[in-house]
Amino acid sequence: MIRRGIAFAAIGALALTAAACGEGSKGSGSGGTPKVGLITKTETNPFFVKMREGAQKQAAADGLQLMTAAGKFDGDNESQVTAIENMVAAGVKGILITPSDTKAIIPAIAKARAKDVLVIALDTPTDPQDGTDALFATDNFKAGELIGQYAKAKSAGTTPKIAMLDLAPGVSVGILRHNGFLKGFGAANVDAKASKAVTAPQVVCAADTAGDQAKGQSAMETCLQKAPDLNIVYTINEPAALGAYTALKAKGLEKKVLIVSVDGGCTGVKGVKDGQIAATSQQYPLKMASLGVDAVAKFAKDGTKATGYTDTGVTLITDKSVPGVEAKDTAFGLQNCWG
Amino acid sequence: MSTVTSSPASSVASRLRAVSPRLAIPAGSTIGPIVAFLLACAFFTTQSSQFLSGGNLALVIQQVMVVGTLAIGQTLIILTAGIDLSCGAIMAFGGIVMAKLAVDTGMPPLLAIAAGITVCASFGLINGLLVTRVSLPPFIVTLGMLNVAFALTHIYSDEQTISGLPSELTALGNTFPLGRTDVTYGSVLMLVLFAVFAYILGQTAWGKHVYAVGNAPEAARLTGIPVRRRLLAVYTIAGAVYGIAALLLIARTGVGDPKAGQTDNLDSITAVVLGGTSLFGGRGLVIGTLIGALLVGVIRNGLQLMGVPSIYQILITGILVILAVTVDQLSRKRSQR
Amino acid sequence: MNQKPAADEKQSATQEAGTNEETGLVQPVMKARGLVQRYGPVTALDGCDFDLLPGEVLAVIGDNGAGKSSLIKALTGAARPDEGQIWLDGKEVHFKSPLDARRQGIETVYQNLAVAPALDIASNLYLGREKRRKGVLGTVFRMLDKPAMKTASARHMAELNIGLQSMGGAVENLSGGQRQGVAVARAAAWASHVVIMDEPTAALGVKESAQVLELIGKVRERGLPVVLISHNMPHVFEIADRIHIQRLGRRAGVVKPSDHTMSDVVAIMTGAVQI
Repeated sequence: MIRRGIAFAAIGALALTAAACGEGSKGSGSGGTPKVGLITKTETNPFFVKMREGAQKQAAADGLQLMTAAGKFDGDNESQVTAIENMVAAGVKGILITPSDTKAIIPAIAKARAKDVLVIALDTPTDPQDGTDALFATDNFKAGELIGQYAKAKSAGTTPKIAMLDLAPGVSVGILRHNGFLKGFGAANVDAKASKAVTAPQVVCAADTAGDQAKGQSAMETCLQKAPDLNIVYTINEPAALGAYTALKAKGLEKKVLIVSVDGGCTGVKGVKDGQIAATSQQYPLKMASLGVDAVAKFAKDGTKATGYTDTGVTLITDKSVPGVEAKDTAFGLQNCWG
Repeated sequence: MSTVTSSPASSVASRLRAVSPRLAIPAGSTIGPIVAFLLACAFFTTQSSQFLSGGNLALVIQQVMVVGTLAIGQTLIILTAGIDLSCGAIMAFGGIVMAKLAVDTGMPPLLAIAAGITVCASFGLINGLLVTRVSLPPFIVTLGMLNVAFALTHIYSDEQTISGLPSELTALGNTFPLGRTDVTYGSVLMLVLFAVFAYILGQTAWGKHVYAVGNAPEAARLTGIPVRRRLLAVYTIAGAVYGIAALLLIARTGVGDPKAGQTDNLDSITAVVLGGTSLFGGRGLVIGTLIGALLVGVIRNGLQLMGVPSIYQILITGILVILAVTVDQLSRKRSQR
Repeated sequence: MNQKPAADEKQSATQEAGTNEETGLVQPVMKARGLVQRYGPVTALDGCDFDLLPGEVLAVIGDNGAGKSSLIKALTGAARPDEGQIWLDGKEVHFKSPLDARRQGIETVYQNLAVAPALDIASNLYLGREKRRKGVLGTVFRMLDKPAMKTASARHMAELNIGLQSMGGAVENLSGGQRQGVAVARAAAWASHVVIMDEPTAALGVKESAQVLELIGKVRERGLPVVLISHNMPHVFEIADRIHIQRLGRRAGVVKPSDHTMSDVVAIMTGAVQI
């Protein structure tokens, strides 16, 4: 009883103090350095680590204070909502976000924008895309298309049997790359607006990897059970690709199967250089982040809001280029890689 | 310490002994959590000018309303010396049921809400039946149910986030002005639920039985408490509470999200443990759980306001959990000499 | 021992009853005839009889496997005998469960599983039988009447001279003897007919055992008959008015401690001597 009394008294006292302070400190956004928030899908993925580095550098250059936050896992919408609320409470001028759930994040972003915070999606568009003020991202469909075209040219003259190691069900990035690949390969007539993953007769096996190396390996092992004669492997990212390579090597099939991937991380590009991965579509998280911070700095200075979609570019990296598909070699790739 | 007589002098003496270091933190006490909470608040007040404002504290409560509500159910189960790993997954499924019924089938929103809560309560009932009738350990039962509910959520939702919800489903996310602060209805609902369960656990026979079942199941059975019936009720009520959490989740995010709640099982256990409730059952207060949930919320919010990356929030929460469990273990050992 | 004259009368009467199926002049509080309990091929009770007289402490002793616990289970409703009859105050009873037996005024004290250590004394005394507030608070809001339960608990404890007056402290902070005291007080408070104690001193030290024996005496003073199951012969001889000796699933005999020595009793128990 007494303990409970203390509990209520303590909470009550705190509430009173808070009420006494009121909203007096609300206007603090005007003083001091303007703040910019960066919210990534996860804390630890090298892609987002690089993005944070880029943002940090640019924020220092532009005279902004950077606040960062991340979800606990890919798909953790609640943490991102909480982070947006906290950043708005901290008085940020703008928020850069890689949405974990492209639809579910919309209401929280709308609330932030209603308080005149500039919100820019990085890497992944929200659904609908105009949920944010602007989008700085890789064209993931195009990234898929490039490796699709490459795989098509490379496998000319054989009967293609494709294994698709995807991300996770319902995640837009995975769907875009998947569909882009099949389009580039000429296997499916699909455009970037399709909201669901399509399939094609050439696809002999499809599995989810969550972009994880170990899961990529077991997915590949299962696919080899199902279709031992497959000859092309599409992977959602390079960790999944390296996992697939390990599985293929264990069966002595690594020379007979073509692995293509997306991302352009340093480990991945090294994999391309060493011949484990045939080609990868490289994207540029650093550029997304620095463009984003710049946009917020501009908004803080003169109130101009960035709008629309800015393609941060994608480049096919391979040392065995094929005619008709534009590509850069791994030396270029390593210079521009992340992670 | 063993005999306490009623003479004023010795009752003062016994009280003094109660605050001596040896007995400073009895098992299941909320004093530690309250001190930690107030220290955290004091610290963040000095570090950030935005921290101690009505608006920011209302925000913290709003941010913990989902996990806080889940943690009420979790507290009930942990008090019976059980654990529930499936709470977040059950909540996610309940949320999808509500959203999908209301949006896709055009069911009246209130009916959809009732259906969602019923589904969650049924999951709790199944957990309870497996624990009481088949005598399976709660850890394993709820681990299985975690996967079942997770899978059903994704199958039923077809992996799609459901938006365009009717306003009744998101009404609890709306705010009303309290002085100069905007407070969400959902926060109030959570606080009311805490008060209701504090009353049930502290002031009714049923509540005493929950403690007895968790503390000494055999003694409870021998004194004629229908142990299995109480356990079954605890799991079912916890399920229904997860259903209310599902409604709060929908109201908070404005959508039906199949990926929601994946770490909420551990987050709710964290809140319960930080609130001083013993994982061994039979000791603790649901008000402690509220403090535990708020403590996590305050740390997350305060560090964010200071501009500290969120990974440090996870680090600090982890250290606090270990501290809380250590205190629990030590105080239990001391009282069971 | 300062017994009431009436009890003395009964005693001499049932000494006979033990041997020739007569209930005698005084009606036993609890009586059983021809109890049979089989567990598969094992016959735990083989036509066992039992008599408990008003206001006495009856010790039940016997070797392991003699059927002591089966007898107690039958008397407390924890098991239903295959054959035989049980009477309570002259009326035949069929206990469906321990709860059923308890409702008819039979309380049992178990050796160490009886209390919830984290709960306070009052809560333990009222566990499973909580008292609610009067009026709407009690009927609609199911609110416990904590002050009344604390007051009543303090009274029950005082009646047995148990030196604990703060009913709000957790039982785990008490000594072993005091904990058992709480269990005995609970049984004494609720029993209207019989208190059965299953090895109440088994887990206790010398000093604490003495406290519990004293409590048993106090319960008897209040007029409640006590059945004491014990291995400890000195304890039995110290407190019991009569001793029921169980052997091979039957009652081998009932003796008075004043008439027999410990070695006599042991001899009957092991079958070396027959009555």
